Amino acid sequence: MKQPGRILLGLYCLLVAVWLVAPTIVVVPMSFNDKKSLAFPPSGFSWQWYQNFFTNPEWSASLIGSLKVAVVTAVFATVIGTLAAFGLDRMKSRVSGVLRALLITPMVVPGVVLAVGIYAVYLDTRLVGTMTGFVLAHTMLAVPFVIIAVSASLEVFDKRLETAAASLGATRLTAFRTVTLPLIAPGILSGLLFAFVTSFDEIIVALFITSPYLKTLPVQIFSSITRDADPTVAAVGTLLFITTSLVIGAGLLICSRQGRR
Amino acid sequence: MRAIDSRNTVPAVAADDRRRWFRGQAFWLVAPALLLLVICLGLPLAIVTLRSFSEPQWGWQNYAWFFGTPVNLTVLQRTFAISAWVTLVCLIAGYPYAYVMTAVGPKMRLVLILCVLVPFWVSGVVRTLAWVILLQDSGVINSVIRAVGLGPVKLIRTQTGVVIGMAQVLLPFMILPLYSVMKTIDLRLMQAARSLGASPARAFAQVYLPLSLPGVYAGAIIVFILALGFYITPALLGGPRSTMLSTLIQNQVLSLLNWGRGGAMGVVLLIATFVLLALAAPLSRQPHKTGSRR
Amino acid sequence: MASPSTRGAAIDLKSVSKHYGSFIALDKVSLGIKPGEFMTLLGPSGSGKTTTLNVIAGFTEVSSGSLDVGGKSVIGVPAHKRNIGVVFQHYALFPHMTVSRNVAYPLTLRGIANPDREARVRKALDMVKMADFGHRFPSELSGGQQQRVALARAIVFDPPLLLMDEPLGALDKKLREWLQLEIKRIHRELGTTFVYVTHDQEEALVLSDRIAVFNQGRIEQIGTGRQLYDEPETLFVGKFVGDSTILRGAASTSGNETAIDIEGRKVAAAKRLADGAKPVMLLRPEKLSLARRGKGGQGRNTLPGRIGEAIYLGSGSKYEVVLADTSKAIVRSSLDAETFAIGDEVDLVFAGSDVKLLADDENADFTLT
Ligand SMILES: Nc1ncnc2c1ncn2[C@@H]1O[C@H](COP(=O)(O)OP(=O)(O)OP(=O)(O)O)[C@@H](O)[C@H]1O
Ligand SMILES: [Mg+2]
Repeated sequence: MKQPGRILLGLYCLLVAVWLVAPTIVVVPMSFNDKKSLAFPPSGFSWQWYQNFFTNPEWSASLIGSLKVAVVTAVFATVIGTLAAFGLDRMKSRVSGVLRALLITPMVVPGVVLAVGIYAVYLDTRLVGTMTGFVLAHTMLAVPFVIIAVSASLEVFDKRLETAAASLGATRLTAFRTVTLPLIAPGILSGLLFAFVTSFDEIIVALFITSPYLKTLPVQIFSSITRDADPTVAAVGTLLFITTSLVIGAGLLICSRQGRR
Repeated sequence: MRAIDSRNTVPAVAADDRRRWFRGQAFWLVAPALLLLVICLGLPLAIVTLRSFSEPQWGWQNYAWFFGTPVNLTVLQRTFAISAWVTLVCLIAGYPYAYVMTAVGPKMRLVLILCVLVPFWVSGVVRTLAWVILLQDSGVINSVIRAVGLGPVKLIRTQTGVVIGMAQVLLPFMILPLYSVMKTIDLRLMQAARSLGASPARAFAQVYLPLSLPGVYAGAIIVFILALGFYITPALLGGPRSTMLSTLIQNQVLSLLNWGRGGAMGVVLLIATFVLLALAAPLSRQPHKTGSRR
Repeated sequence: MASPSTRGAAIDLKSVSKHYGSFIALDKVSLGIKPGEFMTLLGPSGSGKTTTLNVIAGFTEVSSGSLDVGGKSVIGVPAHKRNIGVVFQHYALFPHMTVSRNVAYPLTLRGIANPDREARVRKALDMVKMADFGHRFPSELSGGQQQRVALARAIVFDPPLLLMDEPLGALDKKLREWLQLEIKRIHRELGTTFVYVTHDQEEALVLSDRIAVFNQGRIEQIGTGRQLYDEPETLFVGKFVGDSTILRGAASTSGNETAIDIEGRKVAAAKRLADGAKPVMLLRPEKLSLARRGKGGQGRNTLPGRIGEAIYLGSGSKYEVVLADTSKAIVRSSLDAETFAIGDEVDLVFAGSDVKLLADDENADFTLT
């Protein structure tokens, strides 16, 4: 009775895993379709949609727009979020508990409600379709992820090390720079990555505040999907999938090597 | 006497000073994040709320309209129903999966975790597109169903399709909290229960399940709340009979330029979200230290 | 209440083996335990004690062999139907239930309703002296208290057999010694068969009627503490139970006598091993005495050595003597005996009749954990 139960459980998990992964994988073959259709399985092979992605100005402009916004957002969000995480760490636990809950609310506020509000504010302040507008909104959305990531590594950081550094003659700033920072760097780095991805993938607010002059990739993908069946979308998805896989693969490799040391 | 006194008190005062200064400094470290929050979250939500009362004139008219129009109530009800379905599906799919994650070896666990994270690797919009392809009438899933001989099933532009797509997007938010609670459960407690006379089913129901409940609550709350505000997936996978509140809000504001009505709907959604959060959050706290595993 | 002697169940393991893949965790273990007996499984880490216990409890199925509890085979009977109490090293109290509910749990499962149930819970908690803690949660108890509750939970349903896997392993020495006496008292009062796992030989000697010494998945010897100490059947048992001095050297046999040559001196014992076995000699510390070099020991065996370590024990002294072949002898002497200092040249004196002749065994070395 034990064995069949286990096999059943295993099969069930396999099914769930397929369900999780399938939509990501399905995109890959579709990107090589030879016809302008989003049929699966595809009817033939071609590279044309990749070509289209890199040559069509609509696509490349949105990619560049997205990259710009995401990079700036990631930098701002990391700085602001890291400072906040340090601040929360040094506060009385009751105060920091309330502030922490407040600071991560952007994660649970319904996207459309937020987008409508931001749109209203931006219309009045002429921020619609501007870099500043995008970066402000995306930074607000990304800061919670940085706070969570940095807080997690601060939690395991032994504060006595700073005291130890001070007892060895380091000033507060030196102690921070030479002891604290290197030890929590992984947390900050993952916060940076989260912030980048949050901005790069954000669509709801972007749909509201976009303009013909500044468009992000998700917005371009969305309008392409709603307009016609263009496999370029699948090509974009595949490229994103490969890039992320490479980054995560490298990350895992570095982690396992550090773990072995 | 006095020398001793001063030696005792002076450093104490200094330390106290430093602490106070520290706390002041700590606030300034958080200040930029708070400022950003006020400008980009507080202000927008305040404007949405304000307009829900002020447009076109001051009063409760927009709320009266919202709760007085059957279609809106249907959509509101549907939004909750879809969210509940999504939560249920995520729980049914995620609970055994999270359990298996705790039970397998480290290599297999990495594979399972990667499977949970893969959905995050590809843009949400692209993933929804993949669901459109998979669920369409001539799609793979329907081919399989037809091959089995169950005839074509309408999936795209139905509530079922929306639930399937949304649950896939939200499943990681269920699995991760479940896993983090389950991995702290000492499996040897099950052995203890067996030795005391509990059948495997009873041991599960009376020992494992109660200990995993904080994870269930945490996962269910976050999935339900995120589902309430979903916009892209229902917009692309759903049809007119599976519209959710977010789509309605977007429609009021962008197409009909009716900020008042859109705002009122937004406020309703916002209040629902926070009430749920406030009610459910205490449930997900782990009340007992679990076993002596660590 | 039934009389104590009839309440315990007999256990009979015959040729029980357990394989994990190609690894043999238990190798044809045979063990008979009498009703009401306190049997301790003693052995180094990884020797198969827990595996044996798990086999009896039903957490692990045997690969081969037979297992009878109370005269009936329990092979294939699931754990929850065996009616065996188990106390775990890690307590395994349910963190979401109070102490009372933990102890009541097995009674609830057996459909015992309330006035009776409450009374039995109280009685069990009384027995372990935890009656005042019923409303606490396990996380609000100390380690020793948790272990006592675990014991109450395991005995509350009157199982004919109680298994304990290093129940005191995580506790400090004082508490451990006190709980050992408590466990002994409870065993006496209940008359249940106890099977107790430990790798602490002193604990085994304090508690047990008989001890089974495990090594690498096999039982080396079963006997009372005294038998194991005085008449070890294998080198492993001799080394594991109590202190010992091992003498090795070229062996020669003549008739029914075996002699070992240690740096030119012959030590003789009146015994002969089976052919092919390499003989070694084992001596217990109190069978050895010390004399200044060249003084005393007429008519007995003597070996020259130097004091390497002298430890004052209160009741006497313990010496570590480095012999000519650099092996170490351990000597315990009483308070009134002559005392020696580190570096003193001495003679090790012993009678030939106190020498235990055993077969050498490379696997007799163990790691203490
Ligand atoms: N599930 C398993 N799979 C593979 N090997 C196992 C398993 N369980 C136990 N073993 C192996 O069986 C051997 C005996 O283990 P056991 O737990 O019985 O030792 P023990 O005598 O209780 O040791 P300790 O004193 O450390 O608790 C060990 O070498 C162990 O590695
Ligand atoms: Mg063990």
